[in-house]
Amino acid sequence: MANLKITQLRKAYGDVEILKGIDLDINDHEFVVFVGPSGCGKSTLLRTIAGLEDVNSGHIYLDEHEITELAPAKRDLAMVFQSYALYPHMTVRKNMSFALDLAGVDKHSIDEKVKAAADILELTLLLDRKPKDLSGGQRQRVAIGRSIVRNPKIFLFDEPLSNLDAALRVQMRLELARLHRDLRATMIYVTHDQVEAMTLADKVVVLNQGQIEQVGAPIELYERPKNMFVAGFLGMPRMSFLDAKVKDVHSQSVDIELNNGTSLSLPIATQNLKSQSHVTLGIRPEHINLCEKESGDMQVTFDVAEHLGSDTYCYAKTHSGESLTIRENSETNVSAGESLGVRINTAKCHLFDQQGNAVGYAVDTEQ
Amino acid sequence: MHLTLRHQKQLKTLVIGALAWGIALLLFFPIFWMLLTSFKTEIEAFSTPPSFLFTPTLENYLTINERSDYFHFAWNSVVVSVLSTLLGMLVAVPAAYSMAFFETKRTKSTLLWMLSTKMLPPVGVLVPIYLLVKDAGLLDTKAALIVIYTLINLPIMVWMIYTYFKEIPKDILEAARMDGATLLQEVTSVLLPMSKGGLASTILLSLILCWNEAFWSLNLTSSEAAPLTALVASYSSPEGLFWAKLSAVSTLACAPIIIIGWFSQKQLVRGLSFGAVK
Repeated sequence: MANLKITQLRKAYGDVEILKGIDLDINDHEFVVFVGPSGCGKSTLLRTIAGLEDVNSGHIYLDEHEITELAPAKRDLAMVFQSYALYPHMTVRKNMSFALDLAGVDKHSIDEKVKAAADILELTLLLDRKPKDLSGGQRQRVAIGRSIVRNPKIFLFDEPLSNLDAALRVQMRLELARLHRDLRATMIYVTHDQVEAMTLADKVVVLNQGQIEQVGAPIELYERPKNMFVAGFLGMPRMSFLDAKVKDVHSQSVDIELNNGTSLSLPIATQNLKSQSHVTLGIRPEHINLCEKESGDMQVTFDVAEHLGSDTYCYAKTHSGESLTIRENSETNVSAGESLGVRINTAKCHLFDQQGNAVGYAVDTEQ
Repeated sequence: MHLTLRHQKQLKTLVIGALAWGIALLLFFPIFWMLLTSFKTEIEAFSTPPSFLFTPTLENYLTINERSDYFHFAWNSVVVSVLSTLLGMLVAVPAAYSMAFFETKRTKSTLLWMLSTKMLPPVGVLVPIYLLVKDAGLLDTKAALIVIYTLINLPIMVWMIYTYFKEIPKDILEAARMDGATLLQEVTSVLLPMSKGGLASTILLSLILCWNEAFWSLNLTSSEAAPLTALVASYSSPEGLFWAKLSAVSTLACAPIIIIGWFSQKQLVRGLSFGAVK
């Protein structure tokens, strides 16, 4: 069992507050990903859990025991660093057995554990090499192996894949998912890469400026973001935001008017909106489709099209000058300056109030 | 004459090579001359023009051995250098560790201040230190020299080790901490092995500085604790100008450290140029 509970955690460097009161529960076997832009405090949060940073106030409990003030060595957590942090003067074998050597585990079981971890990570042939003779991917695997042999309560990963090239990153991502499935261990993973967050996590924690914006399953966060930050942070390319004004609020829908005069009726049930109030409409690129000129919900002018092979991302401007991103299939061919109509899938639209909070969700995604 | 690029390059290498050799020989010449003179008789040592061809004699070395106990002085030099270096390392390593890995906003100025004490002329503190040593009853003791040498060399030792420690990623020490290492284990099994090259250079430099130190050894010792530098000095003034004997005793004083330096020159050059190149 390994549950982690964090309450009202605060951390400041001088006058700069990095963590502004974090409350979080992490359950046994969960793969939790902290994601957010750089400087949001995600690495600091991980390091306070590890014990590498002191906290100013708040508590961290591991299986009901408070560990807030405990030395890192006493917490029974393992960490994989972005830089791998292998001991350069030790062989792979020694790197992996170091923690067990320190703990005074007998030699025979150390050998067994190192061998087992090396088998899982395909490091058996590299055991007698030094880190400098390994490739980036191999070093990363040694760093993970070093954690596995210890059988810690929780694995902590601090952007472990960001030093790898794109192909290797995808491969290691799969290996990590497999590892989590096989070990059934609790893992906390920090990344700024939303693809890693979406693909690996059971639970995503979106952080921004030292605060948790939203916690939930990846799809839940994607489909029902609580606010504009989460909505804009998750999804590639980003969700487009258009300013709008509320015209009418019905029991099961909201009528709005965009800056360019377009009227839309969104199937969103909310009581929190008043007529004439300012709102922001959020649309994901896959929920807009191109159509013939002078048809559809509104007219846009194309700026740039990115052909990715499988998809085409079209970047366009509305007549009021706001940016709109449209995801189309690969056959789409539009040229800069061309004017076309777009059709908006109103059932998938998001509406945010002036504070940037979601005012409700489309009726068909309501559970 | 028109030179191709390759020729220009070769010429440049040649000129730089010749220049380097010239400077090296110039620097080495006094030592060479000292060695040569030590095997001459006193009269040959004096002759003008100086003679390069002569029958070498060990007479000077024999005289020195009769008149003074070389090994007594050499032993003092060894004891003082080694113990002072050890003591210095015991203080410098923890100091550099905290400065490199737990840096505060005053660390840089502390380091600069420490180094600035090296700029003070030693003679400026001769009287107070002499009185302190005298009051402590440590005149003409190795202990006094050990303490003073340690204090003199500490700034440079801390600075050097600090530079090496700075090169070590903090992550690796944190990884050791996560792996369950205590502070002592973190230092002994990770930090020190990783910086052994730098530590070796620092030790070597400290040994050389202690070995060569003359000002304090001349002022604070007379016979019991006098190291080789004091032995050399004793042959320079009271005996008048006995160049051959002075050369012989100087050769004996320099020999050990030159031999050590020769064997570890690679380490030493790397160590000394480390901070400068970075």
